[in-house]
Amino acid sequence: MRERHYIAERGLATSLYLALKLGRPLFLEGEAGVGKTEVAKVIAALLDTELIRLQCYEGLDVHHAVYEWNYTRQMMHIRLLEARGDKVSEAELFGPEFLLRRPLLQAIEPSRQKPAVLLIDELDRSDDEFEAFLLEVLSDFQITIPEIGTIRTPNPPVVIITSNRTREVHDALKRRCLYYWIDYPSFEKELEIVQTQLPDAPLKLARQITGFIQALREMDLYKLPGVAETLDWTTALIALDQKALDPVIVDETLGAVLKYQDDVDKVKGEQTRLILERVNVEVG
Amino acid sequence: MSGQFLHNLLLFGRILRRLGLDVNPGRMMDLVSALDHIEIGKKSDFFYAARTLLVHEREDLPLFDEAFELFWRKPAESDWIEQWQGLTRRRKKSGPIVTHPPLKEAAPQTNETDSTSAEPMTVIEVTRTYSDREILRHKNFAEMNVEESEAVKQMMSHLLWKVSERRTRRYRPGKGNLIDLRRTLRRSLRAEGEVFSWAYREQKLKPRPLVVIADISGSMERYTRLLLHFIYGMKAALSQPVEAFVFSTRLTRITRPLQIRDLDLALKNVGDLVNDWAGGTRIGESLKMFNFEWGRRVLGRGAVVLVISDGWDRGDVELLNREMARLKRNCHRLIWLNPLLGAADYEPLTRGIQAALPHIDNFLPVHNLASLEDLAKRLADINRRSNGGNHARYSLTSLKPPSSAAGTPPRA
Repeated sequence: MRERHYIAERGLATSLYLALKLGRPLFLEGEAGVGKTEVAKVIAALLDTELIRLQCYEGLDVHHAVYEWNYTRQMMHIRLLEARGDKVSEAELFGPEFLLRRPLLQAIEPSRQKPAVLLIDELDRSDDEFEAFLLEVLSDFQITIPEIGTIRTPNPPVVIITSNRTREVHDALKRRCLYYWIDYPSFEKELEIVQTQLPDAPLKLARQITGFIQALREMDLYKLPGVAETLDWTTALIALDQKALDPVIVDETLGAVLKYQDDVDKVKGEQTRLILERVNVEVG
Repeated sequence: MSGQFLHNLLLFGRILRRLGLDVNPGRMMDLVSALDHIEIGKKSDFFYAARTLLVHEREDLPLFDEAFELFWRKPAESDWIEQWQGLTRRRKKSGPIVTHPPLKEAAPQTNETDSTSAEPMTVIEVTRTYSDREILRHKNFAEMNVEESEAVKQMMSHLLWKVSERRTRRYRPGKGNLIDLRRTLRRSLRAEGEVFSWAYREQKLKPRPLVVIADISGSMERYTRLLLHFIYGMKAALSQPVEAFVFSTRLTRITRPLQIRDLDLALKNVGDLVNDWAGGTRIGESLKMFNFEWGRRVLGRGAVVLVISDGWDRGDVELLNREMARLKRNCHRLIWLNPLLGAADYEPLTRGIQAALPHIDNFLPVHNLASLEDLAKRLADINRRSNGGNHARYSLTSLKPPSSAAGTPPRA
């Protein structure tokens, strides 16, 4: 995974490996911005296969997750047949050529040579109805379309499910998966991530930023910064051509790190200076 | 794999289940087959494999880690057994238990009196005449004797709870204004593809989730027992998720213990879980804890929040003000229930209430059964977003301006 610029903890690597071996979905939970979605992308790249992503939202239904008929084409087809004076046959109208394949169906396409990676992103945003449906699909990787029949695949996809815990996902679904909680990385790990992702960052700056973020995570903030914020901030500071952190620049760019005004107010000024002093001592 | 190892593995699984983890035979079989793929000799790989398969709640991770550490090492050390006992005592999801709840009046641990009084209770209810019941309906919870409060508990269980619905983003066939192309086309096929009538979809309705945050501090003690009954009854009656929390100096989530079907056992479990019964009140801190730890997880989907407290706060008023504002922003409707509001001469002048009032949609009493019935009615017809607290007994605009020491002035 390191090759693909993803720095994984040993536990995550073990979970992934077992998910692949046992053919079970992997359920990833963790705070926002710790790289859950990234895992799926890296796995797809490693296995050299297609990544199919299903972004969840409330009200996500079969028509958007699995399949939908292309009604416009169907209607055109009816008109065409009428013009020619032919009869409309239902079997023809609901044939594969009028089928729009949505992510879940794409993932179990029988013609697939290699198993795809199916990323079901932010499952907590969907609702109970979709969860129940997903449970069914994940248990035997087959989907029944009334007009066509049952579709199943000899190469079931590798499934990665992510959740930000804005809602408790039902136990039944979790039970079917391998579970892994992605925590915020340690200082060393995070520094490594910054350096692999943004090789342009000066070492001193990278160390300071990582130290600063790590210190923020120990504070009593409403929303703690994730790794995504670390990377955003580093990018911003590189763009500003900064070689090192100073209190003024931190206060000016704090918006890249903290996303709530309360939190910004709390850190700005005095706190910034204190943290920076401490960080400078620690990271040398 | 050696038989001895397998035996130990199964034993480990059984122990985890004892500790309250959701480990079942299916999972254990998965683990056995997973071991074919990893080197068992390597302890960290075995550890992570077991963890990813046997745990699926973040909260359980520390418990698992400890149990693993203890189980898979050489039991040579002498304190081995004591350590296990320590772990067993901790169990899942119960913080450090310090004291038993000093809850008076049929406290959870005095189960015997509770279950024996369960029998005659039915009789009491049958024999009660209409006017008796009317008196009881309006009697303050705090002034009831044991018999009356048992009768009220019975009457409480007959309350009809319903929380108003919200439109979800899911559609279903119906009379809405979105065209259902799928059904339209199907229908048209009967007429050789000619569209005679359009089919429509409408938005599906679902009841709003409910979150109850109840004050169990010393000043609320006379109400606590009945209010827990009320929360339990509400949770049992409603089909949507009901999340329940209690606090005095710190917040405890009691949703899981309340799920048990047996009411007495449920209340006993709540009693075991909470360790600050009848303590001081720190509303601000507790709400902050709620907002930070739970807000994002339970307030989605247009939740209705009930805060039950008398507003006697010994904490930081500024903090309370800030956290109430945050809570208000994150829910659909914020209702404050105050048992003291039942008294005719009550004025909401305590600093806590003063800080909280500007953020509340409804400020209602909970001191007798009638007020609960009133609450049930209100919950059933919350339809629009806050309409300025017009339903509140204390309309916010009519409040007296607070004294200078009382913190934030209410919204005009």
